[in-house]
Amino acid sequence: MQADVFTRRRNNALIFFALLAILTAGSIIITQYDVQKGFTSIARALIWGASNFYPDAGSLTKLPDILVKLRETVLMSIAATSVAAIFSLLLAVAGSRTTRICSSFTVIARGIASFFRNVPLVAWAMILMLAFSQSSLTGFLALFFGSLGFLTRAFMETIDEVGENTVEALKSTGAAYFPVIFQAVLPASMPQVVSWLLFMVETNIRDATLVGLLTGTGIGFSFDVYYNAFNYHAASLVVIVIVITVLIVEMVSNGVRRVIL
Amino acid sequence: MALLELKNVTKYYSGTTPALADVSFSVNDGEFVSVIGSSGSGKSTLLRCINRMVEVTSGEISFGGVVVSRLGKKDLRKVRTKIGMIFQQFNLVDRMSVIENVLHGRLGYKSTLAGVLGRYTHEEKWQALKVIQMLGLEQQVYQRCDQLSGGQKQRVGIARALVQNPKMILCDEPIASLDPRSAKIIMDHLRSICTDIGMTLVISLHQVDMALKYTDRIIGLNRGVVVFDGTPGELTSQRSAEIYAREPKDVNINLGERNAS
Repeated sequence: MQADVFTRRRNNALIFFALLAILTAGSIIITQYDVQKGFTSIARALIWGASNFYPDAGSLTKLPDILVKLRETVLMSIAATSVAAIFSLLLAVAGSRTTRICSSFTVIARGIASFFRNVPLVAWAMILMLAFSQSSLTGFLALFFGSLGFLTRAFMETIDEVGENTVEALKSTGAAYFPVIFQAVLPASMPQVVSWLLFMVETNIRDATLVGLLTGTGIGFSFDVYYNAFNYHAASLVVIVIVITVLIVEMVSNGVRRVIL
Repeated sequence: MALLELKNVTKYYSGTTPALADVSFSVNDGEFVSVIGSSGSGKSTLLRCINRMVEVTSGEISFGGVVVSRLGKKDLRKVRTKIGMIFQQFNLVDRMSVIENVLHGRLGYKSTLAGVLGRYTHEEKWQALKVIQMLGLEQQVYQRCDQLSGGQKQRVGIARALVQNPKMILCDEPIASLDPRSAKIIMDHLRSICTDIGMTLVISLHQVDMALKYTDRIIGLNRGVVVFDGTPGELTSQRSAEIYAREPKDVNINLGERNAS
């Protein structure tokens, strides 16, 4: 009987890897992807990047312009994330298993979360562009919708995880719904909520670049302009500035996490 | 007069096996009653039916002359303020201080707004401090609960129940996650709350010896059925074996083991 368990586990692993191999091979054949060429062109791309894609003295004069755009992008990401967080928290409290008012709220909240999360950010930007044309509002809303979906889901899981026991305790004292939420659920889930919020800000700064490219705003647009003007030195400077910004934001949020957890 | 009265209480979670089957007993003012039985015998369910954290399927529970099962939301909360509850996992808000957690016991008496804002009167704070002192936690008043030991956490749980000014306290396996020394401290406190203040206590326990040593009366549950209801003196090893028997025919086997040891 015991041997059976081990044999079955080994067979399962073999089947899994066989399927993976078939899937990979199948995809390569269908898309007519040339594996050898794929790997050799990585080297070529690196050589091209090293010889063209680096900031030079001339591009540094563009730095003030780039920084203004960067500020716009960072602020937009933070605004979109924090506004989304407020709405997500409301949705999460209404929809979480431990704090919901009735079970249909869970279905609704989960539905909203899945819908907003599963429509890709680029699709949001394109759709919203029809309504608001190329403006910061379009970018803001695209990030807002994406964050709303993700944060609602994350907050719901957080509340379910930390809230259950204390909700039971406070309910049994005869406390009403809102005092329970404000005295137990929110204080208990706050560190995790803030942690998710910081993660979302980081992600959104990265994504804002892409959205900006489409909506013609912020640092994404700067990159687009320089790139299309064959000014690779300035474009590379933009990329470096973004990477540095994301690293700084990551460091700051790690610091904040250490303090609050 | 009986403070608490259960008449034919039956609870089905799902399926055909009841968690509680036709449970009837009454508890007098000032009594310390223990409920014993093996895991899954319905001890926790029984306790939670009393303050309607779990709804009964059929039967009637009255507390202080009020039929609990027929109350609306608001009246139910009023009854719950008069029934304290302490838990195996303590169910405190770990990130808040001892005094804040104790004051949570007052939330049932507050308006929604005062509860949301956590505004407590001077008298309430004074009372909370007195209870904390009584339980020997005066050194930890402003400490966060995640820095306390298990025994200290459970004392905070008792304090939270006591500031409710309840008529009765339900204790759901309060010592099951504690070491023997802390367990003894908690049981001593509960005993003195009964003897000195005249509080009524209903406690579910895993340890028969604790039930024998500390409580006035023992109710034995086996798969949702009351198989024993009497004083510790009446609990012979034969009766005890009946409570813990998996199947009725197991009785003799269990008895044999007990006699052998």
